[in-house]
Amino acid sequence: MKPSPVVAINERKNARGESGLKRWSRRAFIGAGTVAGGGFLLGVAGFTFAPGRHGLVSADAAERGQLTTWITISPDNSVTILVPHCEMGQGTLTALAMMAAEELEADWSQVRVQEAPALDAYANGYIVRAAGGNYVPAVMGRGVDYGAYKIAEWFGFQVTGGSTAVRSTGEYGMRVAGAAAKEMLLAAAAKQWAVPLSDCVAKGSRVSHAASGRSDTFGALAHAAAAQPVPTAPALKSPDRFTIRRTSPMRLDIPSKVTGRAIYAIDFATPGMLYAAIDIAPVYGGKLLSLDTTPADAMAGVKKVVKLDEAVAVVADSFWRARRALAALKPEFSDAGHSDVSTASIFSAFDQALGGAPELPKEAAKVVTADYRAPFLAHATMSPMVCTAKVEGNHAEVWTGVQDPLNARSVAAKALGIPAANVQVTNFLLGGGFGRGLPFNFDYVDLGVRVAKAMSPIPVKTIWSRENDIQHDYYRGAALSRHAGALDANGVPIAAHSNYTGGGNGEAVFMPYAIAATNAKEKKAAHPIRLGQWRSVLNSQHGFFKESFIDELAHAAGKDPFQFRRSLLGNQPRFKAALEKVAALSNWDVALPPGEGRGIAICESFGTIAAEVVHVAVSPAGRLKVLNVYAAVDCGDVVNIDSATAQVEGGIIFALSAALLSEITIKQGRVVERNFRDYQMIHIADAPTVTTAFIRSDAPLGGLGEPCVPPLAPALANAIYAATRIRVRELPIKNTPLKSA
Amino acid sequence: MSITITVNGAEHALDLEPEMPLLWALRETLGLTGTKFGCGISACGACTVHLDGRAVRSCTLPISAADGKQVTTIEGLAQTDALHKVQQAWLAHQVPQCGYCQSGMIMAVAGLLAQIPKPTDGEIDAGLTNVCRCGTFARIRAAIHEAAGGNAVAS
Repeated sequence: MKPSPVVAINERKNARGESGLKRWSRRAFIGAGTVAGGGFLLGVAGFTFAPGRHGLVSADAAERGQLTTWITISPDNSVTILVPHCEMGQGTLTALAMMAAEELEADWSQVRVQEAPALDAYANGYIVRAAGGNYVPAVMGRGVDYGAYKIAEWFGFQVTGGSTAVRSTGEYGMRVAGAAAKEMLLAAAAKQWAVPLSDCVAKGSRVSHAASGRSDTFGALAHAAAAQPVPTAPALKSPDRFTIRRTSPMRLDIPSKVTGRAIYAIDFATPGMLYAAIDIAPVYGGKLLSLDTTPADAMAGVKKVVKLDEAVAVVADSFWRARRALAALKPEFSDAGHSDVSTASIFSAFDQALGGAPELPKEAAKVVTADYRAPFLAHATMSPMVCTAKVEGNHAEVWTGVQDPLNARSVAAKALGIPAANVQVTNFLLGGGFGRGLPFNFDYVDLGVRVAKAMSPIPVKTIWSRENDIQHDYYRGAALSRHAGALDANGVPIAAHSNYTGGGNGEAVFMPYAIAATNAKEKKAAHPIRLGQWRSVLNSQHGFFKESFIDELAHAAGKDPFQFRRSLLGNQPRFKAALEKVAALSNWDVALPPGEGRGIAICESFGTIAAEVVHVAVSPAGRLKVLNVYAAVDCGDVVNIDSATAQVEGGIIFALSAALLSEITIKQGRVVERNFRDYQMIHIADAPTVTTAFIRSDAPLGGLGEPCVPPLAPALANAIYAATRIRVRELPIKNTPLKSA
Repeated sequence: MSITITVNGAEHALDLEPEMPLLWALRETLGLTGTKFGCGISACGACTVHLDGRAVRSCTLPISAADGKQVTTIEGLAQTDALHKVQQAWLAHQVPQCGYCQSGMIMAVAGLLAQIPKPTDGEIDAGLTNVCRCGTFARIRAAIHEAAGGNAVAS
């Protein structure tokens, strides 16, 4: 399959404890203008330079990324911040607005936030610049004056993923924009009042001059501020002066989510719109061979049966009628030659590719070997995939929910054979993302616009059933990993090697421990299952592998798993601090009753170090109860404490569902699971308490959406071992009997 | 055949197939999109509404079963200008993440509290089987206790 840009960017060299901060430099291109009604609009494109931080970036695209940020100050003194990221519930809109408002010295109660439209001007190249291609020339306009601001070229991506929003757009876009706007407001006030600039102070959306007693709102000064010279390197606040960041304001997207007024893609409606239900070839790559449409043709509400290359859709005047008619059809699809592919055949190929265990040093006093396996997983976002489209001639309008509206636009344009500029994409709140809505995963947009084209110019909303969603995902890859480790006569590890299939990279396989020989080698074993990025990407499998194996080494050495890890982290102060913090948080040293156990694990991903302890009870009959989870998280600093905590809690629960229950299995080339009854996840009855501690370090801001996922499964398996002496080496855990011998 | 249902206090005569699930009549015919489609098999509860005051999953409930009855959706949960106590607790504990399941979750909890005004943790576990993929369960539990006027657990 086509290499994914998101995987590529994740293949950066692991930070290995280097802060990297001093090596970042920043050049911000800022432009200002006025908007209708006398307001002020300011935009920033920050070019970031990050030598060595993203090692995979190709030579010509190296060290260049775009981030855009726009702030509007209206005469009524409201501040509107346009955020070029998508809200999936991770609190991005609020956190980014906080970062801009902090530097601007805005009154938080007057701040509004808006998701930027899918225009090239809001492209953010940070995450996907390694992809190259998909070049989109700058498009200007849309009723605002972009002033002197101009950038020669853009990459056409506007992605939310890779846990990047706060640490890229926020750090290098929002902060700079807020600070620049503040300087321009100060300059405008000083000029109007004929007072020294240095005596003017901005606070609470006002500029004041103490000596003369003059004071005015940002709104009143906005028009004059827009005419001020644009500062190229505005001064940023030092963290000890933060008043908005490091607090917990209510998330701006929450009120509409408790009243039912929040609008997701499935809620959009437009006059005359029809509905489509779709049946896609059950084996990926299969084609529609034959179809008798007569059973559906005469059914109530049916407008048309649409035959596509790889799918059949029924368009009707209601979704339920479309589904009912679709169920009456018996389309025949080809199997793309994959009818013999199964979970067993894939793991058998993995096993063969891995061969024998990795070789160990001759001086080993004790040898430990283990195989671990992880299944395919679906994203199973709560909202099924939805795309509404209206195709008219060589123009199209698309209404959907994606993590990258600009790439969705390209996909729609390509499917329709029209220029991207002729496609207008409106993006809605996402009912869960977890990676499903990332670029190159837009089959639902591709299919949706083709269905709408068949009904042109009538708008059609194609809603995927849950069965469509579970059976046609871009799955988290299955993987098998073969480990061999050696201890010396004192129980000190001298080697920990692994061979793995299913993909990996430097970050995912990296172990922070001081072990003389560690070597992780990828072995290739191809299969036809369609893969994508799933929350924490390759770290989700390798976190389980490497942190289970280090635990096995600890037990083989007869040492406490926390102390064993700690003794190997002398050169990794951030890891050591997080590990010690989580041990203290979980009362690691306090003994537990029989049948209970604690497990520990620590992983770095997306610039954040997350250490977790899981506390379980296992009954003699093998019934597992996850009681408590503790997390110590070093993501540098935290913007919104409460919503950051929610990301830790959510990441842990998401990972717990996967660790305990979820798996996608393959039979005759097709996905066996169909809906939430067989693709399972936990409910409130199974949810442990989660206790979170953040560690403030001097490291650059790390991500938060994903990093708490990888340590959960190994910490859980390690806890089960502590409670039962049964070592779980295969996910999901439900497949391993836990009944004591 | 016409089916008469009262939704959030307003009576509607629906000329639809009696077997059409209530969910789609609410969403597509009446334009009440707060109630969500999640699974279509009553497994996740995103479609939860109240039928004569009891929480039901509308994705599998035929509209014929609602004939002559009172339906309350998330849009009609608050009877006054103020939010319902469950919605208020949801705000106080900042429960939603993506929010897609939360209409159904709030309706399920409001239904649970109507049956059991002060539920124990065990009663919450047994009575609330809705799915939340974002993992907001700890906050949901704390918010339920607060809405019940019990010893609120800080989130």
